[in-house]
Amino acid sequence: MNFAAVLDVQDQTRDSLRRLRAAAEQLTESVRFMEICGTHTMSIFRCGLHSLLPPAVTLLSGPGCPVCVTSQGDIDQLIELARMPGMTLCTYGDMLRVIGSNGSLEQCRAEGADIRIVYSSLDAVRLAEAERNRQVVFAAVGFETTAPASAAAVLEAQRLQLKNFSILTSHKLIMPAMRALLESGDVRVDGFLCPGHVSVITGAAAFEPIVSQYHLPCIIAGFEGPQIAAALARLTELVAGGTPALENLYSQAVTEHGNQAAQLLIDRVFAHADWQWRGLGKLKDSGLALRPEFAQYDARLRFSPSAPTSREPSGCRCGDVITGRATPADCKLFGKTCTPVHALGPCMVSSEGTCQAWFKYHRVRTPRKVRAVS
Amino acid sequence: MCLAVPARLVTCSGTTATADLHGNQVQISTMLVPESKVGDWVLLHAGFAIQTLDEQEAQATWAVVKDLRIAGGQP
Repeated sequence: MNFAAVLDVQDQTRDSLRRLRAAAEQLTESVRFMEICGTHTMSIFRCGLHSLLPPAVTLLSGPGCPVCVTSQGDIDQLIELARMPGMTLCTYGDMLRVIGSNGSLEQCRAEGADIRIVYSSLDAVRLAEAERNRQVVFAAVGFETTAPASAAAVLEAQRLQLKNFSILTSHKLIMPAMRALLESGDVRVDGFLCPGHVSVITGAAAFEPIVSQYHLPCIIAGFEGPQIAAALARLTELVAGGTPALENLYSQAVTEHGNQAAQLLIDRVFAHADWQWRGLGKLKDSGLALRPEFAQYDARLRFSPSAPTSREPSGCRCGDVITGRATPADCKLFGKTCTPVHALGPCMVSSEGTCQAWFKYHRVRTPRKVRAVS
Repeated sequence: MCLAVPARLVTCSGTTATADLHGNQVQISTMLVPESKVGDWVLLHAGFAIQTLDEQEAQATWAVVKDLRIAGGQP
């Protein structure tokens, strides 16, 4: 990017923030906007956007980090599977350090369990093909963005007639979580910054019910600071004008109806199921379970991990943080016993987690007292 | 987990392709973008192309990434 382009980006951001402040002056009461994507959370903190907002506008982080919303029970089941003899567990790297009721996958690996980090679900299938004497389980975690990749892995395993590949699905859908938050009654949200890459799959129209049923504005945005600033300006303008609407500011990648091939793939392999979320409890039709015809690829049916009575780390408030009920600063573990190096809760473990973003970019640092030398 | 980066398709064979990621060549799946062809820019997420992109947009994203590397002291 040349110097002129950098200045242009700065001008755009400055213009957005000017518009945002002008709209904020028209507000009759303060507003709270929620972003529901871990990458947005990280970008907002990294750009220092919080500090540039007028006092009337507050940003909340929602349940958009896949690692953070995964229930403790699902993590415990993954750990139980990883400890089984002859087992190879494949996972995206983010899940490795999340602490379950009894240790993390990283600790299991240190104890000798065969746990591999994969970049793509298909890497896990290739591993199963190459090592037929081992059972390979893929930890299928994430929202609509990663679900098609898991579906593709199951179909590939079927094509290769693999008997040693299965997935443990914790896939979740974003809309039921947004509805649950709004209907809980104890979290006030005045508008949503909708997740960019989930929208690539679902299409912008998927968020229309939030506007028509809950009368809240929704803006889909990319991940750079200027794009997010523009989205926040539009949200404030829509609230100030009393005209809730759905607008897509990431039209380079997001279409009205999304990626149809990906949607068909999800529908072919998965069916909606009631799913347990951290912080939100069990939500109806909020998850993706394998359809009965793919039962042989379901690690839960194949290995019957127990459904442990899972407990979250004592004092951890990740569940409240991802639902906007608390900020990391409200948690007594934050920054003391829970840090990125020694993370207790998933929001501190994940590079997209609110607590990690808060720790890296948003802590109020009190100057150390310097003892006078006599 | 939801990070995605632009990549350009170098070779395509069925639903797999080789993509150029700023000089690195990686094997990816194009199952989700069946209309894509050699030379297209795609948004790459966890080994899968999830959307085709306009070249200008893809280059702009890489320019931001490059700026970040320079700012971080890496060539």
